[in-house]
Amino acid sequence: MAAAAATSSRPLVSIRNVSKQFANGTLAIRGVDLDLRDGEFISLLGPSGCGKSTLLRIIAGLGAPSAGTLDWPTAPHSASGEPQPDLGFVFQDPTLMPWATTLKNVMLPLTLGGVGKGEAEARSAEMLALVGLKGFETSYPRELSGGMKMRVSIARALVTHPKILLMDEPFAALDEITRHKLNDDLLALWWQNRFTAVFVTHSVFESVYLSQRIVVMAARPGRVMADLANAAPYPRDDLFRTSAEYAHLCRVASGTLKQAIAA
Amino acid sequence: MSEVVHPIPHDGTDTEARPVFAEERRILGLAASSWPGIIAPVVIGIVMLAAWEAVVRIKGIPHYILPGPILIAQTLWSDWGTLSESLWITLRITFAALIAAITVGVSLAIIFTQSKWLEKSLFPYAVILQVTPVVSIAPLIIIWVGDINLSLLICAWIVAFFPILSNTILGLNSADHNLINLFQLYRASRWQTLRYLRLPAALPYFLGGLKISGGLALIGAVVAEFVAGTGGSASGLAYRILESGYRLQIPRMFAALLLISLSGIAIFFLTSWISYLLLRHWHESAIRREN
Repeated sequence: MAAAAATSSRPLVSIRNVSKQFANGTLAIRGVDLDLRDGEFISLLGPSGCGKSTLLRIIAGLGAPSAGTLDWPTAPHSASGEPQPDLGFVFQDPTLMPWATTLKNVMLPLTLGGVGKGEAEARSAEMLALVGLKGFETSYPRELSGGMKMRVSIARALVTHPKILLMDEPFAALDEITRHKLNDDLLALWWQNRFTAVFVTHSVFESVYLSQRIVVMAARPGRVMADLANAAPYPRDDLFRTSAEYAHLCRVASGTLKQAIAA
Repeated sequence: MSEVVHPIPHDGTDTEARPVFAEERRILGLAASSWPGIIAPVVIGIVMLAAWEAVVRIKGIPHYILPGPILIAQTLWSDWGTLSESLWITLRITFAALIAAITVGVSLAIIFTQSKWLEKSLFPYAVILQVTPVVSIAPLIIIWVGDINLSLLICAWIVAFFPILSNTILGLNSADHNLINLFQLYRASRWQTLRYLRLPAALPYFLGGLKISGGLALIGAVVAEFVAGTGGSASGLAYRILESGYRLQIPRMFAALLLISLSGIAIFFLTSWISYLLLRHWHESAIRREN
């Protein structure tokens, strides 16, 4: 596993020397440099408090950095020069509207974007089928299990076919069986649609299983410690999960994470 | 809840971990478990009424001190003409005040949550309006407004609107923070955020306020009418109570009182029913879980 070389000429987003200090003085992240390339699957791995969620939120445009810049060279920009990237976000909780049916929840980004009702319904139903929830269009979130709610959340994030999907420890609260299943399904969706995936996790195993690149972060202040490449080919499945290669990669990532925690 | 046919087979995945909801046996349209809660108070009521009638008869209490329930029922029947007219007047004021309270309360709540400064500058006055006893300002309102029905309406509105205002403000501010972020992410307009997020999130809180305000509107209407007194031209139920008091027609006084109580109960059930209809699909308060 070598450090990832910057290959693509124009990254999807280029993060330069980004820091974030909260109003109470906490320095959440300091001097982060990171390029996200089109279509890659990248994990942000680190202990609690390393600012990985903060970094993800900054990429999403939820809260500006205190210092540094974020460039979206290929995204459209508003009249005032604000980048308007096409993105989807999956929170740690499913974050569904409890008063709306599954279908209405998935339709939300389209409704807000002014897409007509008929088209929005058709596209959302299609997306629900893709995440394995065909037949649950009229169910309310409370009628679904934790894993199914997460699937709805993913369907909602992908229904606009975004260029980049940001995920903030989406499967952390799920049981292991459900988590494995959702990891596989997420990889399949990524393989078919080739969006850029940024996946925040504190699980070494999850990051190695899913991603092409693992960015290891350290805490206090949050910063990038290492950028590990994972060249194992896709599609990855249970065979990969039990392979020597996987075990080796996990050992390397684990060692780096240990250094990051000690640093 | 109807039986749902699930297209996903038994496969050991997350679809099988769905929560289980109770499907209860129903008797006369009501869930079987809710019947004891209805029967028990009814039985207590019948026993109390019987005891009351018995005491009045055995002790020979004159009806201008304490009439028995049977005499009250007879009076209600014989005086139904005037009483029903008064009931209609009181109910009209109550519902007009409630509708005004909903309109003003919800509008103000929306305006307040759009602008922190407006909320900060106006909310204290809403509190002052709420904490000032309506009895003490009712005479002023009656003098200023002139029209007695409008005065009563304003008094009832003052009493009723605050729970709706404060609950709706709380509700509009309680939308899930992550959902607010999600709306920002999709560059939703203020109107869209209100329409699709804040208003639905505020609904359970608003309905909680409505249940309180329904009863308060009735109390406000009755209290204001007491203040207006027999000098007023209105002739609602409170007026009937005052009038019967002066004429020592105590059974009629009880009959009017009974009608006020029944109206309050009816309003409570009406608002509870509306609340159930609007929340039954999604809100925890309207859901039974089998564990």
